[in-house]
Amino acid sequence: MAKNGIRPNSSTVSSDARPVLYSYCHSSCSWRVRIALGLKKIPYDINAISLRKTEAAHAYTNQYRELNPMQQVPTLQIDGQTLCDSVAIMHYLEETRPEHPILPKDPIKRAKVREIVQIICSGIQPLQNSSVLAHLGKEKSTEWAQHWISRGFRALEQVLSKSSGKYCVADEISMADCCLVPQVFNARRYHVNLDPYPTILRLDKHLGSIETFLDCHPHNQPDYPKNTK
Amino acid sequence: MSAEKPVLYSYCFSSCSWRVRIALGLKKIPYEIKALSLTKTDAEHCYTNEYRELNPMQQVPTLHIDGQTLCDSVAIMHYLEETRPEHPLLPKDPIKRAKVREIVEIICSGIQPLQNTGVMDHVGKETNVEWAQHWISRGFQGLEKVLSASAGKYCVDDEITMADCCLVPQVFNARIYKVDLSPYPTLLRIDEALAKNPIIIDCHPKNQPDYAEHNK
Repeated sequence: MAKNGIRPNSSTVSSDARPVLYSYCHSSCSWRVRIALGLKKIPYDINAISLRKTEAAHAYTNQYRELNPMQQVPTLQIDGQTLCDSVAIMHYLEETRPEHPILPKDPIKRAKVREIVQIICSGIQPLQNSSVLAHLGKEKSTEWAQHWISRGFRALEQVLSKSSGKYCVADEISMADCCLVPQVFNARRYHVNLDPYPTILRLDKHLGSIETFLDCHPHNQPDYPKNTK
Repeated sequence: MSAEKPVLYSYCFSSCSWRVRIALGLKKIPYEIKALSLTKTDAEHCYTNEYRELNPMQQVPTLHIDGQTLCDSVAIMHYLEETRPEHPLLPKDPIKRAKVREIVEIICSGIQPLQNTGVMDHVGKETNVEWAQHWISRGFQGLEKVLSASAGKYCVDDEITMADCCLVPQVFNARIYKVDLSPYPTLLRIDEALAKNPIIIDCHPKNQPDYAEHNK
């Protein structure tokens, strides 16, 4: 079981230390990296950080801001370094640990993976993350989230209907799949009607049955409320 | 690879298009512009079914290159880097590459999407400037902290990277929305250095073929 609380001094983390992922069970950005680490079979520890100020260990302390200036999760301590942002982290893992690749070799297919990653990571998720929804307030936030998720999924469905095979791009799992599953979970959370997106649903169903994806699910995280008692 | 000159669908004021114009310029890749507007009342705009076939998000930029159609500025910049490695836009070291990408994502995911045309229209004229100022300031606070540790002459050390391609358009947007930039000295210093680069000057909205039409 991983400890809660923040490691006080990231510079004392040695290159040989097991990677530490600052992760929040409900954060889709953290979930993407949990999946990537799992797919690449990289063992790691979780340091649970909440996005709620009322929790004991949360992202809004000065201490955590020293690790992650955007005060977001995930942050990954690996190879003696502190890395921020899920897309940057996934690329770092890919470039330093090329076994079990999460990008295809062909540059055009890589561009397609990245297009899908960005549709989700720039085009959808930032518009429904916890800060934005908190800013909008409870009354407006669900409708807002539904609007932007639907808009993004409409485009994503069109892209995936052409690019997908067994996975988002052809038949090899990639970063795109790491991003898709958490976003579909969010869509369900906000009661988005997913009927217009059969390719998204097919891919999500298939990915959701893979053991690595199941292990990384919010409900299986050490900080998921039912697991902390 | 196809011998045709690449074609960039671009809107002069689109920061996403501008990033790619800078990347193409820095990598000395000649290209043509097909100007597209983000306003439905203009003659050539993004919201046609025809354009949706090229770019399902109905956004700019789109790049025709090597016989392919590529969407999304970050995906496009990486494709250019991987197929045309001369005049690199990423460092060699994986940690520094991670830093460049962190900065790219702070801007491309953390700031710009919250103040793009679609969102600003949706938020509405009464409150959208305050909205844009809020999210740009919040993002710049984080970005200033990152840059104060990573920057040399440019965002990461002393070579121009994708991070710089993203920074220039975002600072321009911040000025449009009258964000107070005095709390961000590192960001301002880098922007000033980049603004002197002749390639970056060429890519400025005011030097685009569709500028006159949109600057009435």
